[in-house]
Amino acid sequence: MTGTRQDYIGQSAKRLEDKRLLTGAGRYIDDVKLPGMAVMAILRSPHAHARIRGIDLSAARALPGVTDAFSAADIDMDLPEIPLRLAPFQGFERFLQRPIAEGKVRYVGEPVAVVVAADRYIAEDALDLIEIDFEPLPAVTTVDQASAGDTLIHEDAGENMGTRYTVDRGDTDAAFADAAYTRRETFVTNRHGAVPMETRGLIAEFDPDTPLLRLHGATKVNFFNRRHLAAAFGLPETAVELIETDVGGGFGARGELYPEDYLVPIASRRAGRPVKWIEDRRENLTATNHSRDIICDLEIAATDDGRILGMRGTVQGDMGAYIRTNGGVVPSKAAQFLPGPYRVPAFSCDVQFLITNKTPVGTFRGPGRFEANFCRERLLDLMAGDLGIDPAEIRLRNLIEPAELPFRIGELVPGDPDATFDRGNYPSALNRLLAEAGYDDWKHRQGEIIDGRAHGLGIACFIESSAAGPPESATIAVAPDGGIEIRTGASSVGQGTETGLAQICADGLEIDIGTIAVLHGSTTLVETGGGTFHSRNTVMAGNATRIAAETLRRRALELGGLRWNCEPDGLAYGDGAVARDGERLSLADLAAFAESRGERLFAAATFDNEKKLSYSYGAHAALVAVDIATGMVDVKKYVLTEEIGRALNPAMVQGQAIGGLVQGLGGTLLDHMVYDEDGQLLTGSFADYLLPTSDCLPEITAIALEESPSEFNPMGFKGAGEGGIVAVAAAVGNAVSQALKVHDISITELPITPDRLRKALRATGA
Amino acid sequence: MTGPHRISLNVNGQIQTCEVDARMTLADCLREKLDLTGTHLGCEHGVCGACTVIVDGAAVRSCLMFAVQAADADITTVEGLADGDALSPLQQAFHDNFALQCGFCTPGFLTTAEAFLSENPSPTRAEIQSAISGNICRCTGYVSIIDAILDAAARRRGETPT
Repeated sequence: MTGTRQDYIGQSAKRLEDKRLLTGAGRYIDDVKLPGMAVMAILRSPHAHARIRGIDLSAARALPGVTDAFSAADIDMDLPEIPLRLAPFQGFERFLQRPIAEGKVRYVGEPVAVVVAADRYIAEDALDLIEIDFEPLPAVTTVDQASAGDTLIHEDAGENMGTRYTVDRGDTDAAFADAAYTRRETFVTNRHGAVPMETRGLIAEFDPDTPLLRLHGATKVNFFNRRHLAAAFGLPETAVELIETDVGGGFGARGELYPEDYLVPIASRRAGRPVKWIEDRRENLTATNHSRDIICDLEIAATDDGRILGMRGTVQGDMGAYIRTNGGVVPSKAAQFLPGPYRVPAFSCDVQFLITNKTPVGTFRGPGRFEANFCRERLLDLMAGDLGIDPAEIRLRNLIEPAELPFRIGELVPGDPDATFDRGNYPSALNRLLAEAGYDDWKHRQGEIIDGRAHGLGIACFIESSAAGPPESATIAVAPDGGIEIRTGASSVGQGTETGLAQICADGLEIDIGTIAVLHGSTTLVETGGGTFHSRNTVMAGNATRIAAETLRRRALELGGLRWNCEPDGLAYGDGAVARDGERLSLADLAAFAESRGERLFAAATFDNEKKLSYSYGAHAALVAVDIATGMVDVKKYVLTEEIGRALNPAMVQGQAIGGLVQGLGGTLLDHMVYDEDGQLLTGSFADYLLPTSDCLPEITAIALEESPSEFNPMGFKGAGEGGIVAVAAAVGNAVSQALKVHDISITELPITPDRLRKALRATGA
Repeated sequence: MTGPHRISLNVNGQIQTCEVDARMTLADCLREKLDLTGTHLGCEHGVCGACTVIVDGAAVRSCLMFAVQAADADITTVEGLADGDALSPLQQAFHDNFALQCGFCTPGFLTTAEAFLSENPSPTRAEIQSAISGNICRCTGYVSIIDAILDAAARRRGETPT
């Protein structure tokens, strides 16, 4: 029997996480201190591409306070390859990274040597004493250089092409041959990344005799990581514990297996005591996955009234020096999402994964979607302009209609199952946006000069998948004192998972949310877990929690029957208790009764969506003012609609949408990993790598739509974590182009910076 | 290179004495010597604001100040904002306005805003945006933080919470 109470679900319940975080009592990895703990620092390559001719650690080792210094040659185990977790395309096996450089370095930031010392000051002093004889090699810093192959980064591979494939649906050649209209453009989505406020960090306790490897600071995909760490160190999985602490933001980058996830345990095993490593910000900007970095050559074919006949193109991803755990996610998802929420009868894409001497890439919130939306939505605006059709109208003519859903998009990612958009109403989400953004007014005012600045309103549509990956687990246990504990294999990276799951549990058991504690992530809490990525926590762990609550209600009734020596069928569950005529047994009573029988009031559940993804969708609109004299873009107003099926906690959904959107403004206007021709990262600090700040915010309206609950999970959720970011570059790119139409400026490259815009304006005489 | 210096600091109303190397930052001193780990390090080069503490009434980046420079100063960290178990009006406003997600930047925003509201009890929205523009948050998009500070200002003035 399912409770129907909704005291918490759908309400903006206050966050359970807040009190500790507001009072400084949160426990992030650098706050964890273990007895006898040493501190580790990493010497990283200063060269993008160089041979290592010699490493001299003697001076570092001699420094008082240093207990160990080692490089690859000192490690008495086969250095494992960091595995592929996602999009493991054939060919990538030639480009996997090992935890520490052997013989050669391939990007600035690659680990070369490790120092372990009493404290971080001494450890960093010791790094300065390490002498390395590098023989610099030419650096490959562009996809064109990588393609040319004059310099090989991994000689054994014989090429710099990680892999390459073509995906298609329909007859693209025929579509283009017969088309009244075609247009082709090249778009650049620049390299930037997640850059969470808390840098990465780990503490390893490695006791080879027990054996036990306990790794604190883990997050995201702990059970996957445990399996591979156990294999790498020759341990049974049960001897490896990954412990999650509070996490200061993930956004895709944190919690993957990185070189340091091996180096910190190695250091601890050598030291015979706990070893801590905390990434500094310079390391974070060179060692943690970058993302985006797609060049897309895209061509569209349409009728003269703007109905799309086909799209074809090439996606070139700059993968950096190695293929890490995220495999080919970024370029492959960019290709898959190029057709977007539109009826595109024929589509083909040549997808290339190029190896360069830069930091390896991985996922960042909305991987591939942000890039695909920018390319497609810019091209749609260009087509609208060419054909003299209003941009909103051209979208409405091509959006998939509700009656066409479910819509099979086909096998656009090798190895992925055939994908199908679930039900929804895409035109409705766009129409709502147009109304909220005042589109009918602004469409006649594009380019209008107000207070000396050119104004433009840009719109963009998106679709975005959520809840991919393995099943998720949740357990609920009631203690005899009435305390309720949820445990889940899902991780929290700071998005409010504890609150959301507690809301579901509180309504499922008809109890007060204040009695619930949520423990998550650590491998010591549950038998298995799928982890946190692809906007899946609320869908997967949420439904698992709901099922666990239902199971626990049944268990409570069983126990009530035993306690009263009657059939459970005659009992009712309500308000956190089992009742019969005038009598009730609270969950605490039942837990105490269970304990007296040597049992527990406990339920475990797993939710499996059988890989049926739920697709969130919607539209964005940006109103910008561009200063012609300076090239400064001011995003004045921003509206977005996002269909998420059902909002578990509307205030937290708002936080996801607005947080994603502002992060997207950074990716559109600011965030930029700039490399010089030698492969040196020029933006290795927050003085150079710019992030959005509070003084450049638009007026924001974020509307979560709940018109189309997902049919692939009982609670109807669709992921809400990424819809805020995925169409920002698309909408702002269109807005700036609309504002500057009279100057014949078309945005095709990110970020849109004042210097680039001024250069373009100067070229047109403005 | 550096001999230890014995300093005392008045942290959150308590006199604390510790030995620090001259090069030890105030942030490391608070975190490592005094175990006040609520002060977070986001960049260690003075840009992100996560490590902000209040030193003699002013919001200061504790990653850019040596501990010895803070000798004998009055320091308030995030641990010193609440009154026992009761959240301060500012902390409560952050909670009520969903002004934090991962919480890592939050101590720096709280200390920055606390010092700001002491100087400007009735700020405009634009003044708040400017006041916290030196603090980076990657989760919230700042809107809820600005709402919370406006709300806190009203609460501190004794007006009904919004």
